[in-house]
Amino acid sequence: MAERTVNSGDTDVANVVIVGAGPAGIRAAQTLVAAGVRPIVLDENVRWGGQIYRQPPQGAGFARSMQALYGFEAAKADAVHNAMAALLPQVDYRPETLVWACDPQRLHTLHGGREAPVAFTHLIIASGATDRVLPLPGWTLPGVYTLGGAQVALKAQGCAIGERVVFAGTGPLLYLVAYQYAKAGANVVAVLDTSPFVEQAKAAPRLLSQPSTFAKGVYYLGWLRARGVRVEYGVTLENIDGTAGVRAIRWQRNGRESSIECDAVGLGFGLRPETQLADLAGCSFVFDDLNRCWLPERDAAGRSSQPGIYLAGDGAGIAGADAAELAGRRAALALLEDLGVAAPSMPDVPHAWDATTIERKLASIRRFREGIEQAFALPKDPAAQWPDDMLVCRCEEVSAGTLRDCVRQDGVTEINRLKALTRVGMGRCQGRMCGEAACHVLADASGQTYAQVGRLRAQAPIKPIPIAPMLFDEHVAAIPEEARDE
Amino acid sequence: MSETLQTLHYDVVVAGGGLVGASAARALAERGLKVALFERRYCGAQASGVNYGGVRCQGRPEVQLPLAMRARRIWDRLPELIGIDGEFVRSGHLRLARRESDLEPLDAWSAMAENYGLSTTVFRGAEFRERFPWLGEGAVGGSLCMSDGHANPRLVSPAFARAARALGAEVLERTPITSVTHDGVRFQLTAKPETGDELHVSCDWLLNTSGAWANHIAGTFGERAPMHAIYPNMWVTEPLPKFVGHNLGVYGGGVYARQVERGNCVIGGGRGTGDGEYAQPSADTTRAVMREACALLPALRNALLIRTWSGVEGETPDDNPIIGMSRTTPRLVHAFGFSGGGFLLAPGVGEVLADLVTQGETATPIDAFAVDRFATAPVSHAEV
Repeated sequence: MAERTVNSGDTDVANVVIVGAGPAGIRAAQTLVAAGVRPIVLDENVRWGGQIYRQPPQGAGFARSMQALYGFEAAKADAVHNAMAALLPQVDYRPETLVWACDPQRLHTLHGGREAPVAFTHLIIASGATDRVLPLPGWTLPGVYTLGGAQVALKAQGCAIGERVVFAGTGPLLYLVAYQYAKAGANVVAVLDTSPFVEQAKAAPRLLSQPSTFAKGVYYLGWLRARGVRVEYGVTLENIDGTAGVRAIRWQRNGRESSIECDAVGLGFGLRPETQLADLAGCSFVFDDLNRCWLPERDAAGRSSQPGIYLAGDGAGIAGADAAELAGRRAALALLEDLGVAAPSMPDVPHAWDATTIERKLASIRRFREGIEQAFALPKDPAAQWPDDMLVCRCEEVSAGTLRDCVRQDGVTEINRLKALTRVGMGRCQGRMCGEAACHVLADASGQTYAQVGRLRAQAPIKPIPIAPMLFDEHVAAIPEEARDE
Repeated sequence: MSETLQTLHYDVVVAGGGLVGASAARALAERGLKVALFERRYCGAQASGVNYGGVRCQGRPEVQLPLAMRARRIWDRLPELIGIDGEFVRSGHLRLARRESDLEPLDAWSAMAENYGLSTTVFRGAEFRERFPWLGEGAVGGSLCMSDGHANPRLVSPAFARAARALGAEVLERTPITSVTHDGVRFQLTAKPETGDELHVSCDWLLNTSGAWANHIAGTFGERAPMHAIYPNMWVTEPLPKFVGHNLGVYGGGVYARQVERGNCVIGGGRGTGDGEYAQPSADTTRAVMREACALLPALRNALLIRTWSGVEGETPDDNPIIGMSRTTPRLVHAFGFSGGGFLLAPGVGEVLADLVTQGETATPIDAFAVDRFATAPVSHAEV
């Protein structure tokens, strides 16, 4: 990575901003505060904790214990929540704040119906992840949710996505969410895993590098089985049936068709880092084989290619909540080092290791991650299965056939070109949901690898923002005379 | 085919696959010439493909009107010429007055344009309010030109390149021209495709249609034009119920707006930022333009913004393009520096360039766009 120079020395002029109050953002904030730096913490959620340790809204009328909400992770969730609670007097915490754009040294935020810029000299991006969405025919029916969405419904709203729920796709979250649903009393009728069981067995040695995590996975599966939940491996998902809503899901294995009636499907194929902010901040990207996506470049400490910008947590590459805590701390230590501030001593904080130890732990988690990817590999060439009339981009209603026609007629080989010509990824989600599927279609139709088709460039706003809040700022400069085109 | 491209000679090489270059290549191929178009990225991926999409004769300086009217006629023939309509909608262009004193110049422009066969109607007072109830208090009147409209730039520009190819032009994308000389008889060029070997070609005519980067070629032949890069700032809302009846502009500028068939409102105004090579939209500009846009279109206040973008475009000191024969080099023809107003003109410019190549002249008056008109003007150091 290129040599960097970061403004150093005077912490009074440093304007440190953390985006995200999940495990990575919270541990970063804690480390900074311990060193005497007061960061601004911007978080899109109502309460801190991120996705994995999402807290139910206060006063929502339902209460579940930490144990019920977070299971084996209750102690960790508690620790992360308490860490942030203790920090509140010492950080400028701004929940329900969407960061929608980034200029050099300035974020643009939306909060409480007002739009405001937030200046920074140093920025830690801990933007987390969302579900990796792979479509199948019927995926746009009411009653189809992402796994993460299904989990949010349970944790934040205390409700299930349906009466008879099937969880389909692959990845550890598939079993975790199924378990959480069944444990909460929902009727989980099946878990359909696209990965073959034999791959999961083969990955066991690598997964055993994190024995407790591995054991939890085994436990969820055993628990589901013991309660009679049907678990199928190595399936090819064929169709979600229904007209006004989900009626059944069909799959195929070894040439044999099966189906099961249900009224809701939780669908997910692992997680996808939220990299838009890093992209808008000008970070350079590199294709990562483990995550099978383009990631912002970073060194072992979390420094991006842009001076003063650091990356931590799942937003920089999926590694899970434990790794996020470590990476958040590590990025904060790097930031402090670049500021010329001594690393804080944090005797009260469990596992507040030094930079070297953290990096070693992160490397170990990466080995575990490789096992996870082996156990729960994405379906190979998923686009080859998708019929022409299946919608890939639901916002702009672009079908797989439209994309293939464009590739055929215009010889398109690059995803942004496909976007320009077909509108795929141009709607409200800006490709955050459909971008991956579009890349698969392009790769398949143009005979390239997934990596070769490139990545959708991020364009502000990261998420749709209402216009009215943009009108409050009286300090908006007028459009200069020479820029007043007709 | 035994002969490889390396050994080929072309009647015309077009440098730059924007809408001007692609439409010139199409027109020349149609007239039977052997044409090669070199585009260093993708055809229509620069200013031609990411602009606002206004197809507008109204409001242009008088010197542009003959060319604009010629271009406008081509827009009606898109399906026949390029196989798609490019989402061209004859929506009419409404040029708004923000204050009473702006109405007088609208009247004057309207009278002038009549001489060129362009018809406009100026509305004011109660009649204006009644006719355009969806407009806010920010406008007090406006001039409506019903033959204008808007189109989808992302589709139109690549379609011209596709049409040129279908007529036999060699269209090479991701193939930057790396050197160009004139050996006294013809041009000698080298180009380097992203994949594959360097190409050597010769040609009798060279069209410099490289947009904001045109001074690379103009400078090679000793006639750099005073042009600097601009980055028009644009944004789009989620789909809304149809309410914007026309393609909108404002006398004095600042904001322009249209609504596409799907319901999204596309709005432009002000500048993004850039480094001459790449452009970024500016959140500050977007905010400023939103204020102006909402004064004209109050319904926008309840909408969601879904995307912002910008592009790189060349602007000249007088906002008129540079179109015509080189003064230093025989058979070199320039067409660039459209200063944010090239989308409508480009297909007409393609025809004009084809006239110059095949006839040595054109019936469309273009003297005002001569490359040497700035000879006495001081050259800004900010030029590209």
